[in-house]
This record gives sequence, structure tokens and C-alpha cells, in this order.
Amino acid sequence: MVMLEFEKPILELKSKINELRDYTNQHDVDFSEEINRLEERLKSLESEVYGNMRVWDRVQVARHPERPTTLDYINRLFTNFIECHGDRLYGDDAAIVSGIGMFHGLPVTVVGHQRGKDTKENIRRNFGMPHPEGYRKALRLMKQAEKFNRPIITFIDTKGAYPGKAAEERGQSEAIARNLFEMAGLRVPIICIVIGEGGSGGALGIGIGNKLLMLENSTYSVISPEGAAALLWKDASLAKRAAETMKITAPDLHELGVVDQIIPEVKGGAQNDLDQQAENIDRYLYESLKEILHLSQEELVEQRYEKFSKIGQISYE
Amino acid sequence: MLKDLFIKKKKYAAVPSEVMKSDLPDGVMTKCPKCKKITITKELQKNLKVCNGCGFHHQMSAFERIESLIDEDTFVEFDKDMISANPLKFPDYIEKLESDRNKTDLNEAIVTGKGNIDGIPVVVAVMDSRFRMGSMGSVVGEKITRAVERATEEFLPFIIFTASGGARMQEGILSLMQMAKTSSALKRHSEHGCLYISVMTNPTTGGVSASFASLGDFNFAEPGALIGFAGRRIIEQTIREELPEDFQTAEFLLDHGQLDAVLPRKEMKSKLYTILNLHEGGVLQ
Repeated sequence: MVMLEFEKPILELKSKINELRDYTNQHDVDFSEEINRLEERLKSLESEVYGNMRVWDRVQVARHPERPTTLDYINRLFTNFIECHGDRLYGDDAAIVSGIGMFHGLPVTVVGHQRGKDTKENIRRNFGMPHPEGYRKALRLMKQAEKFNRPIITFIDTKGAYPGKAAEERGQSEAIARNLFEMAGLRVPIICIVIGEGGSGGALGIGIGNKLLMLENSTYSVISPEGAAALLWKDASLAKRAAETMKITAPDLHELGVVDQIIPEVKGGAQNDLDQQAENIDRYLYESLKEILHLSQEELVEQRYEKFSKIGQISYE
Repeated sequence: MLKDLFIKKKKYAAVPSEVMKSDLPDGVMTKCPKCKKITITKELQKNLKVCNGCGFHHQMSAFERIESLIDEDTFVEFDKDMISANPLKFPDYIEKLESDRNKTDLNEAIVTGKGNIDGIPVVVAVMDSRFRMGSMGSVVGEKITRAVERATEEFLPFIIFTASGGARMQEGILSLMQMAKTSSALKRHSEHGCLYISVMTNPTTGGVSASFASLGDFNFAEPGALIGFAGRRIIEQTIREELPEDFQTAEFLLDHGQLDAVLPRKEMKSKLYTILNLHEGGVLQ
């Protein structure tokens, strides 16, 4: 199990308790009182550490190598999921998964970025960083959803669209731009959920919805904290400061009016209890869908338009 | 930001040439960065800021562009007094804005308005890369969105000249969301059957390239313009190979099927008029 820097005090206390337990077993000395006391401390320490997570702690949880991915949630939230491959133009991008399935009796279309969990899978999935064909596959499936009047659920989890030669040659910009344009006009409900890192245009490319939800410890930003630090202060090691300045956590984005709802995470982060986390998402997704399912096609498009037209802050001379 | 790269370079390249050392006041002569030819600035301006030695297209300010395209006395500016707030309370942002306002005489990195091109009314938006690298924050997004909405209401063509390094870092996620906002407005404009022409000028990258700039019914670019999603250095670092010289130029994009045409500046107005005219309708005679 991977422990993050800010969790170290918890880890230390846990190993101390285990040591005492071992000692008790081996030497026939009763430390149960001490153990109980330490376990009480552990509880309060956990709620202190996890209850006051700082920006950089959340960034690290969002990037946790064991953080659940789109497919982890798809398998728990939808029944009869059928994955559909390919953009019909060039290829199949494994950095985006898409398909159809059933959500509480309602057929839906699902699209999401897909990271790998080990090196081999990460290479196959390009670390969840899509090429244009990924966005075009997503659009193909979303258009199909519109044809059959199915709501669309998207899971956002990418460091960004892939910055590569082939991606540029095949029109990375156009592919993302086209998705923004077309998603704005889709006449079905769209719910977008940021489950890990929401990296810039690569995230937004499947992110135009009637509702935007974010897991408590996920991030969403115009540029990575490292990138921002390098650009603004010419020093990537100032990433921590950049993360705080840029306002990239779920609570910050909720305050800025970008995110509609925050989905609570299990203690310490989604990786600690996948089933429970999937249940949390299920509950919020269900409620969000219920809120917009009754809207007419025109109202759905209008609501989405209004949502984005309100975002931003301007002033006058 | 890109701009800072250039500033850095200047430190080394500021050795005045023989001509620059002569007693001519600043700005009287302009040196072409491509062929190094030195031209009298007024001559260059008369030539739409295109080098008559090699055809290099120098940067144009928003109002120089408008003057070169829009019929005299027909331009009416929209939202002239809109300025940026500092939503993230980003350090030094207000000062940087103020300094760019003084430097450019503009309130933001874009000018929007309505005017005629050889008698055909259009709504036009022109970005100016001298202001914060033409980056898109809330104001740029809002001004484009309002201009597009106006075009939709009045059933007018919308023409944009892009020049931008992408999203504005200092407004964080709000900048990113302007990509969504502007694209949504363009979708409406399109669904009303209105014409949208995007002309990408040097540079058009990042979030601007990945939103409204790529969404024209016609996508054009000026010769040699840098256009792309990711920065060249980032790509080179990621794929660990050197990129071709012409990578992400207008010509490279044309070769890869991303543009309708590369239009030299001198033909811009007549080509735009021709396209506008072809969308005025007609009958078989």
C-alpha cells in the first residue's frame, strides 16, 4: 500500500500499535490498555489529518497510483456494460473508454479517460492522455446517445491531451474544439464527473455537461501545478505554491461556481475503499440525473448554455 | 510564457546593427526577423506589414487589422470598457494588466465590433498578441461570446482573427471554461445557419486553438503562422525527438488537412469578400 507524505504520522502510529501487539503475543505481557489508548489516538489523528487536507495533500491523493479509474467505477455503477471501440476515422484510442450500459434501469452512454494501474497498462493506455481519435471516438458515441435519447455520463481523469507529433498532425486542437462545440448542442442530459486529475483542454474535451461533479480530492485546472510554476516563475519546484494560487481543488472550484456538487470521498481517498466510493458516486449520480431527466431537449441545451455563459468574472473601467 | 522567452533572447540579441546605430529615432526603421532586411516602418505599414523582401508577415495590432479590412467609418466597437478582474487574487496580475493597457492602448487582448467588408456587414473580433500574449481570460471569452450572440441575433457572419498563446494562467479554471463558453455560442450561431470564418494568425496555440479558432465553417491562416495545441518544447521533451522545421506552421497544417487555405494578408480582404458574397445567396439565371 502506498502512503503519502502527509499520511506519515498515521503510518508511524499504526506501526507502533502493531509492534505492541506483536510484543504482547510473543512475550505474554498485557499491553492492551496502551494499545487501546493508542488506537484512540489513531482515530483522532486520522480525523485531524484527513479532515484538514491541504491543497497539496489533495493533489497527491488525486494522483495516487492506486486511485480508482474509470473502468473501476464503470464495473460497479453500470450493468451490462458494452465497450465500443474506434473513431471510424483512424483508430481506437485506449486512453478513452466508451460504451453503453444500464444505470438503475436506465440505458446510458458512458465515456471516460482511462489510465493504467501498472507500467504495462499505462503504456497501452498512454497514461490516460488521449490522441485526437480518442476525442472523436467519444463524440461518435455521444452522437449515438443523442440518436437513441440516452443520457451521457463522462468520467474525467487525465493529465491532459497528449502533447505529441502525431496528435498535432491529426488535429488535436480540432478534435477537442469539435467536442466542445458538439457537446454544447447535444439534446440529451450530460453529467460529467471529475474522478482524478482534470487536466486542461484534454479534460474539457469530454466535459461539457448539464452538471459537473467532482470527487472531493480530485483536481481540475487549466495547467498542471508544475507547468504553471515553470511558466509563471520559471521554477517547477514551486508547484505546491502554484497549486494553491491556481485554485484547483473541488472546494475551490465549487466556490468559483464551476462545479455543481462535490462527491465525498472515503477516509484518506477513494483508493481506500473502492466499493464504498462507487456507492457515493452512485448516490450523487442518481440524484443529479433525477434533477434533469424531466427537462425537455430544448431546456437541456438551454440549461447547459446558461451554465457556461455565467462562468467568468469581468469588470468595467 | 512565450513572451518571456523572447524577452530573454533580447538580452543577447540587443547588439545594435550598423543601421540601428545611425542617428535615426526609434521605430523609424523595422528589421525583418526572417530575412533581416531593414525597411522604413512607414513603408512596411503601407505594405500591410508584410516584408517586401521575403513576404514575412509582421505582427499587426488589432486596430491595424481592423483598418486593413473594415470599410472606413463603418466600424462600431462593442464592450470597449470591459476590463479584467482578478478572480483568483493572483499576485502581480493587476499590475501586469495595467502595464499592458498602457503599452497597447487597449483594455484587453481582443477588440470586437461590427463593420462592413466592401459593403457586407459582419461582426468581427480581432485578438492582439501584444496584450498578455493574446491570452484568453474571462474578458476575452465574454467579449467573443457577446459578439457571437450579437451576430446570431442579427443573422450576421462572424469573423475572427486569432493571435493568442492560449488560456490565461492568472485566471485559472475560469480561463479554461471560456473555451466552453465561446464554443457554445458558436454552436448556436451555426445552428441558426450563420457563417463563421476563423483566420489564425501568428501565434494561435493552446486553448484558443482548441476552441473557437478551429471551429470555422472556413478555417484560414496567414503564411508562416504558428498554430498548434501543445508547445514545441513540451512535445520535444515528451517524444524525445526533434521536430521538423516547419512543424505547427500554417503550411504544415494545410498539408495535414487542418486548414481550408493559407491566405496572404494582401489577399485577405478580397478573399473574405468573395466568401461573404458567396453566402449572400443567388438564383440560377
